[in-house]
Amino acid sequence: MSTCSVSKGCFVFKPSPKKRKLSQKTANYFGERNNASEDTDLRFVTCQSLWNQIKSETEQIQEDLNKQLFDNLVSFLRRSHSEFQEKTTKWTCRMKSREIPTAALVLGVNVTDHDLTFRSLSEVLQNNITPYIALLEAKDCPGIKNLIQKLMGQLMNCYIDVDSLEDEDHVQVSQNRIRCSMTSIISWYQNVTKKTDSETRSKKRTSSSRHWQSPPVVVIFKDMESFTTKVLQDFIVISSQHIRELPLVLIFGIATSPMIIHSLLPHSVSSLLCIELFQSLSCKEHLSTIIDKLLLTAQFPFKLGEKVLQVLINIFLYHDFSVQNFIKGFQLCIVEHFYSQPLSVLCCPLVDAKKRVNSLSRDQCENIRRLPSFRRYVENQVSEKQILLLTADNFLKEITQKLLEDLHVYHENYVSVLRCLHVFTSSLPKYPLGKQIRELHCACLENQVWQTEEYESFLQLARMLNKSDLVTMLEQCVEIFVSSSGKEFDKIVEKLKEFLTQFQELEVAEAFQERDGSVSAQKELQKKTDLYHLQKTLLELKESRRSRKLTKFEMLRFEVVEYIDSLVRAHLVPADHKTLHEIVYFNTASVLRGHLNAAPRVALHTSLNNPYCYLKNQALKNDGGNISNKAPDICIVYKLHLECGRLINLVDWLEAFSTVVTAVEGPNADATSSDQRLDFVAGVLAAWKELNCRILNQHQQKQRHYSSHIFQWNYCQKSDLKVS
Amino acid sequence: MPNLEHPAYPADTLLHLESLMPCRESQVSMLLSIFGERQQFSFPSIFIYGHTSSGKTYVMQTLLNTLQLPHVFVNCVEYFTSRLLLEEILIQLQSCSSETEQTSHVPCDNFNDFVRLFKQAVVSRKLQDQTLYIVLDRAEQLREMEANILPAFLRLQELTDRNVTVVLLSEIVWELFRPNTGCFEPLTLYFPDYSIGHLQKILSQNHPPEYSADFYAAYINILLGVFYMVCRDLKELQHLAVLNFSKYCEPVVRGEANERDTRKLWKNIEPHLKKAMQTVYLREISSSQWERLQHDDGEPGQLKGLSAHTHVELPYYSKFLLIAAYLASYNPVRTDKRFFLKHHGKIRKTNFLKKHEKQTICYRVGAKNRTEGITKERTVNEGNSNKCNVTKINGQKTSNHLLGPKPFPLDRLLAILYSIVDNRVAPTANIFSQITSLVTLQLLSVVGHNDQLDGPRYKCTVSLDFIRAIARTVNFDIIKYLYDFL
Repeated sequence: MSTCSVSKGCFVFKPSPKKRKLSQKTANYFGERNNASEDTDLRFVTCQSLWNQIKSETEQIQEDLNKQLFDNLVSFLRRSHSEFQEKTTKWTCRMKSREIPTAALVLGVNVTDHDLTFRSLSEVLQNNITPYIALLEAKDCPGIKNLIQKLMGQLMNCYIDVDSLEDEDHVQVSQNRIRCSMTSIISWYQNVTKKTDSETRSKKRTSSSRHWQSPPVVVIFKDMESFTTKVLQDFIVISSQHIRELPLVLIFGIATSPMIIHSLLPHSVSSLLCIELFQSLSCKEHLSTIIDKLLLTAQFPFKLGEKVLQVLINIFLYHDFSVQNFIKGFQLCIVEHFYSQPLSVLCCPLVDAKKRVNSLSRDQCENIRRLPSFRRYVENQVSEKQILLLTADNFLKEITQKLLEDLHVYHENYVSVLRCLHVFTSSLPKYPLGKQIRELHCACLENQVWQTEEYESFLQLARMLNKSDLVTMLEQCVEIFVSSSGKEFDKIVEKLKEFLTQFQELEVAEAFQERDGSVSAQKELQKKTDLYHLQKTLLELKESRRSRKLTKFEMLRFEVVEYIDSLVRAHLVPADHKTLHEIVYFNTASVLRGHLNAAPRVALHTSLNNPYCYLKNQALKNDGGNISNKAPDICIVYKLHLECGRLINLVDWLEAFSTVVTAVEGPNADATSSDQRLDFVAGVLAAWKELNCRILNQHQQKQRHYSSHIFQWNYCQKSDLKVS
Repeated sequence: MPNLEHPAYPADTLLHLESLMPCRESQVSMLLSIFGERQQFSFPSIFIYGHTSSGKTYVMQTLLNTLQLPHVFVNCVEYFTSRLLLEEILIQLQSCSSETEQTSHVPCDNFNDFVRLFKQAVVSRKLQDQTLYIVLDRAEQLREMEANILPAFLRLQELTDRNVTVVLLSEIVWELFRPNTGCFEPLTLYFPDYSIGHLQKILSQNHPPEYSADFYAAYINILLGVFYMVCRDLKELQHLAVLNFSKYCEPVVRGEANERDTRKLWKNIEPHLKKAMQTVYLREISSSQWERLQHDDGEPGQLKGLSAHTHVELPYYSKFLLIAAYLASYNPVRTDKRFFLKHHGKIRKTNFLKKHEKQTICYRVGAKNRTEGITKERTVNEGNSNKCNVTKINGQKTSNHLLGPKPFPLDRLLAILYSIVDNRVAPTANIFSQITSLVTLQLLSVVGHNDQLDGPRYKCTVSLDFIRAIARTVNFDIIKYLYDFL
């Protein structure tokens, strides 16, 4: 594992999958902090199984989402070299210049997700089209030579993998390693196809029947943007000369826009390509699906609190657009929850949870009693029951079971009602409660949604809906409730259906009535030709319309909105109003933020300002602003410099430093030997050097001053840069 | 039409040659006379240049193949290092005269080895008694190899003392090849572009068997009428001709027109070809998609070209980072205070004029006066008095958008970012990693060396249109913040 370059970045080393022994260790970590009575092992196991479930679910989702794209690509690849397969000698084929079939695959800017997509893509291609696939990355190919080398390595290795190792091939490979050029690739290809050809003829067609006799060679450029123009051009020019012998297909992985092809390749080169565009699903839609399938479902017992979800979504929308990172964050939440919350043993499917409640230990019962939501619950009970709850473990367990069941039911209802509400809000103008269901979800989790202004405006808008919209929405709601598994929905469905039939009845009656009314009004208008009278009648009409009784439709609409409102009030109670929500909800956003939002400059500042924070040395623990002389030199120097303004005088700085360092020895250490003095100067110099190369800039004009241009944000605040 | 004449070859071969290479008679006869007879020594090196698809490679190949002269044909782009190139020549040499089995591959690291091995090969293949031709296509690549390769190839006859001629084919002129240290001057030969008449003749030569030559020639005439303005590349034209021919034939196939009905056919094909010029020719949509469209009789409007997808979706802060980078690239540093400080006061645009801008104006006035023969003192005075007027005239400073983006340090980027984003942004690692990912997306580019850890400098490489589209999505009026549009 090498990072290949000295660059400013964080490198993440994923552990290799072979270290499976690790799980035992992690189990130990789980128990490290808490005592053994809190079911650490069980928690760990639950956590693992839950995560595995979620992981397989996400993989499934990913597969489904990519299916369309991959199908298109596969059919493109099948089509692309059909001429090569048929070996036609028609006039058009003879005369037309052979272009290299190229798929421009636009994947979006979330580069971190691309790896996974390419891996599954190459898997799909391997299963359907061809065993010869090469994945190229820009950092491996600074020159055309490296590119061809890499290409040959991958192609020939994959060949060896497909057929079992043969000595002959080894010889061939080692020989080819010396000469890496297109000709050797071609000769290799001819060898390989000839061999499989004869094999299929002699033996029965088994594995290779999936592929054609001469399967195309697919070269995937993972990050098109980073490739240098020259390398790409050369490669395309070379391979276009051999396209008749080597059926090559290129796939360009593009992160930004397909325009990049035109800016990278001149017309003389791009005219050698036959480019088709393929677009993957946008990452925002991807995220919505993930949230829909992972969070807005009663399938998984684990839930995210509002703040945590907000943190994760913010990182996604504001920073990286990476679905992988979102899932990683979600995983972190799960682990953190099971690690820090002893009661998370109960965060499992309801049936198991009930069993586990029975076997809870004393300590765990105490833990339940300590939960704030449970205390609130106890306070609302009658006094005898309160005593029982606080003293009798068995009674507590019984109640806990009941409460857990309540919580489960609440979740089931919550999801359906939320979707139903989303049907209404998403079609209103200006989207009062957010366009996406995740925004609505966050709003509902945050506090009682019906108390917000947005909800008010939603109700007002909903009361102005026209009939056809209302009917379709109601139909959608019925569908949602019918398809969901909740138990209490029969009544709701019945009620909604009743509304629908009422609307239908209205249709007939109202149409008749309306025609009648309008006709009479018009008649009156026609009768009076006088301007004055006309004005008068118009005013009257207006007046009557204002004070008119609501029509039947309006009454009904009002009723529907009222009903939806009542549903929302009943079922979309924020989770933290529910008893025992701490068991399934992870809500410590600060921890998550600390883990995911690394702030290097802040960390640097803290470490220099308060070394105790990282060194954990008791001697460094100081309170208030005084500077301890035990601190490392660099911290002292830094703090002294902070006390001054923008510029600091060199002599003052040295003086101050010496006072701080010699503070404890004080008056009795006046006889400092010259050696110590040298040490001291060396210390200061070293500290300077450290600070200099990291943060300080030497001021050019005044050589004896060091300016504090360090953290630019600091400087920014000082000079009050704000939006004008 | 001058017939080719050469004493060494029979007349029918020459006639055949002429039919294979139309419109290149003079070049071919020139080459033939340079080559001389088989056993005669020819000129050591010949340099042939001409524009793209002016038939250089084709003429050389057909000439050598039809006359069955011993030759080696190598493309220098394909064999990108000198070693590969030399080895390839040797390999082809081994297989060119005798059809025996491939002898084992001999490593050849430098030109010295090459000369030695070349001599051996020539002797063993019994090629001494006739001229061997080594053709190096795309010879401009030779300049990027070791310095000795090109001069050595030019003198190969002398170095090996064998009957060999090196032919270099290139699209650029010889003057750009000539090394500083001097070298043997090759015989240069220019292949001029095909004229429209030539193109017409060559293209209509290969007509499809189902239709008559006249019919196809009429089609080519229409095609050239549309495309000749933008494209003179023979290959490209041929490709386009084949792609669109089926559409041209359509009325004939349906029986609505006969083959002579040129006007009707023209009406049918002309708009189609114009559309093709905007789409297929520019590779906006691929030729296979174009063919499918033709087949289904669909409208090309349904298929969006590559450039239609210009929209790039970016994370929220990436957008602001890009905007900040754009501002930092195109605004002078001294204007930052004006744009981003809360109480900057009223600073007029004229106050922003750079000192040296004013100075150049003074100089210009001075120079003008000096030519008029006025003494130096007076010019200074006049210069000062004229300054106001001149600044007004030359008031429009050189636009930064014409000069291109300027590099800026990381700290300035961040300072601008913090002031243009409404809410507080914490300087987290996420922000820094976004800068790096913008660099990998080629929206920003790093200036200077990559390993310069402290104080990296960047440039913003996106266009004004692009950044305006981005700024619009976050409701940021970027024009208000650009110095050029003040």
